[in-house]
Amino acid sequence: MTTRVRTGEVRGGVGESTSRSDGIPKTDGTYTYSSDLHMDRMLFGATLRSPHPKARITKLDIGPAVAMTGVHAVLAGDDVPGRNAFGLETADQPILATDLVEYWGQAVALVAADDPEIARRAVEAIGIEYEVLEPLTDPEDADARDSVFHRARCRRGRQDVSGAVVVEGYYEVGMQDQAPLGTESGLAIPDGQGGVDLHIATQWTHVDRDQIVAGLGVEEDAVRVHHAGVGGAFGAREDVSLQIHLCLLALYTGRPVKMEYSRAESFVGHVHRHPARLWMRHEADHDGTLRRIEARIIIDGGAFRSTSDSVVGNAVYHAAGPYRCDSVSVDGVAVRTNNPPCGAMRGFGAVQACFGHEAQMDKLADALGMDRVELRIKNALRRGDPMATSGQVIDTSAPVIEILEKLRDMPLPPANRSDDPRLLPGGTGLTTSRPMVRRGVGYAVGLKNLCFSAGFDDYSEARVAITPFGVEVHTAAVEVGQGLGMACAQIARTVLGIEDVVVYYDDTSQIGSAGSTSASRQTQMTGGAVMEAARMAREIALQRGGGDELDGEGVWKDGILVTPMEDLVGRENIEYHTRFHHPETYAPDENGQGDLHVDFAFAAHRAVVDVDRELGLFRVVQVDTVQDVGFMINPRSVVGQIEGGTMQGIGLATLEEIVVEEGVIMNPTFTDYLLPTFLDAPPIEIEVIEEPSSFGPFGAKGVGEPPTVSSTAAVVAAIRDATGLELNRTPVRPEHVALASR
Amino acid sequence: MRVQMTVNGEERVCDAKGSESLLFALREHLRLTGSKGACEQGECGSCSVLLDGELVCSCLVMAVDAHRSEVVTVEGMGGAELHPVQKALIDAGAVQCGFCTPGFVVAAAALLDENPAPSSDEMREALAGNICRCTGYGAILRGLETLVGDR
Repeated sequence: MTTRVRTGEVRGGVGESTSRSDGIPKTDGTYTYSSDLHMDRMLFGATLRSPHPKARITKLDIGPAVAMTGVHAVLAGDDVPGRNAFGLETADQPILATDLVEYWGQAVALVAADDPEIARRAVEAIGIEYEVLEPLTDPEDADARDSVFHRARCRRGRQDVSGAVVVEGYYEVGMQDQAPLGTESGLAIPDGQGGVDLHIATQWTHVDRDQIVAGLGVEEDAVRVHHAGVGGAFGAREDVSLQIHLCLLALYTGRPVKMEYSRAESFVGHVHRHPARLWMRHEADHDGTLRRIEARIIIDGGAFRSTSDSVVGNAVYHAAGPYRCDSVSVDGVAVRTNNPPCGAMRGFGAVQACFGHEAQMDKLADALGMDRVELRIKNALRRGDPMATSGQVIDTSAPVIEILEKLRDMPLPPANRSDDPRLLPGGTGLTTSRPMVRRGVGYAVGLKNLCFSAGFDDYSEARVAITPFGVEVHTAAVEVGQGLGMACAQIARTVLGIEDVVVYYDDTSQIGSAGSTSASRQTQMTGGAVMEAARMAREIALQRGGGDELDGEGVWKDGILVTPMEDLVGRENIEYHTRFHHPETYAPDENGQGDLHVDFAFAAHRAVVDVDRELGLFRVVQVDTVQDVGFMINPRSVVGQIEGGTMQGIGLATLEEIVVEEGVIMNPTFTDYLLPTFLDAPPIEIEVIEEPSSFGPFGAKGVGEPPTVSSTAAVVAAIRDATGLELNRTPVRPEHVALASR
Repeated sequence: MRVQMTVNGEERVCDAKGSESLLFALREHLRLTGSKGACEQGECGSCSVLLDGELVCSCLVMAVDAHRSEVVTVEGMGGAELHPVQKALIDAGAVQCGFCTPGFVVAAAALLDENPAPSSDEMREALAGNICRCTGYGAILRGLETLVGDR
């Protein structure tokens, strides 16, 4: 028997900023993204898309394309063997349109050919004619005509309450693109037995699989969806794009088929952040106590449903912000138009709501003659309070007051006394001179529900195996770059006391669903599943090994190694497979009341912006933030999520909008859809509050979305502060500032 | 047309069509997929390579124009060990989805070759042609700053 002293805490456990296992391949170019996949004899797919936002297909002649040398398949809607429909929550969108096309860029036909150029030319050779119809593109018009996906409402408390001071406002949020750098791409490989293996950049392999098998009309086990390298997601990959198309082409041709969208095609290939219009009314006592909140919200779902029902629900439940108020009325509607379909993007309805409620809070503070932060602190939601909209009692950490106080106390950047053009609005264009520049400071605070809500059966499966070669963690969760793999490995290390952990991303046939990489949920859900499976594996190990402690050397009892690892698992691995559910949530009643959400996270931003009022130019000088994170499993990754999410919010405030005119996207390129560059990126100072969540591994909360919720509102508030303008629309464009009436 | 290039020190030949970009030739003909395509317009820098020592967006260079040129891609940046830029980005947590990373590695290495001790503002300006959607650029800057920290 060996007697040695245990070495103590395992390296690479929770709380450490470990390095990602894919870091080296991602920096030396060897990491395989879905667009890098290659197989001998593979064909290239391409898509014929509607050039009209609404039209009837009057003729479709695939003959000229079929006749081309190098073309192996041309498929139309009639060739879909199963259900010609898909959709994340409701299957309402044709895989290939057969009669009507209902948005610009809707898929009509598919080609597979020997190379991408032939495929592109074959798409052009398809003979198609349309009867052009009048598109419905105005969301208020759609509401009036009851062209609606979903209406959501909240009524809480007495409805006849009023306050001494009243402010009203109307706000608009533009359509933002997730713009992941990797466009949609994948490779489908037929298995020769009527099935197919799809390698794809996605956010949720199992829900892709379910939609694919319905479209192909095959059994569930005929399709295996494999998680290929993902070049960013942010919601854009939650809906099916080319998944079913690829599988159709592969099964038809019997050959591997690859597709990769161009950037322009990507803009019509995925759903976007819903543009929103919000009307809000806030009433308060003279001391600032909120008495009444009313809101009406329209979001434009575009032509197909996607997650519009849930997004408008979220906008409604987040409409009051992280504040206490006992008299609330909110009506939301997701309308159906012939605009580009919208769905999930980081923040999911809470971003739009926050832009409205935070502008209102500033207005209210000004009307009361109160400090803007002080008003927020006075009304801040605390643990144990009912949520203003749903009435759900907040039983998770809710450090809103602490967040605001901390943020207010962070040092402001020094005044700019330099004439260096790089530090002035407009940059090296040399258009601004320093005396014309005014500085503004804006605050915003928001909240975001974590994980899936409203009674959805939200779960994640994980399998943990202790083997002679180390620990294996198996999951179908998708690592989109956020660092989930690291977090899972860290959790397993800490629970098991074993450093050697490898995370395997299983395909859909190997393990059950992990749910979507969205809703800031994977750290808590798949992290929770890994923790549960690891704990059980540890229990089995202690029993089998006859001891009270486990580490990489084996099982110990009273400080003595009683069962070395080779004896513990030499003949048989220790495995535990679990399906982890979060505490139950419930659908709302007819007044939108109930325990809808399992958890929330809170964050606030303070933006400092320099503005040249005459020219309408602005420069974001600095953005500081404080976020409620529960517990940081990997602090460096948490910082990465906060910085990146904040930047996307700054983008929505200053640059990013898909411009749609009569249903047509006017700027489907990175030349015209402007993303923040290094020069647009301000320093971001970050503080976190670690107060454990009510559930989740080690008290961790999801951290991906909160930074996107309040950053946009803070930046626009700062521009308002510098200019005194109302600026009720985001993104703010130079003309909104320069041409505004004084 | 037959295009002959020295790629990462090796003589390579491919048969490129007139319309094909250098990026396409590298990725599809030579199977060097480290350089990424994300915008096809020279806006995002994901396809950055060195062409006869000059930093270019390989999506904007015709493959036939690279005939008899020397090309260095991300695959040719490190040797037996990682290039210091690669290591700095990993250590700083500057890699998330990583799709922009090869372009940043090539562009940052080119900057440091030209100016071994750039200021932070010079780094930001030099890398303004490379878009990152995940990190907000903070970790990239912190990583690169470690490479000039001793000056």
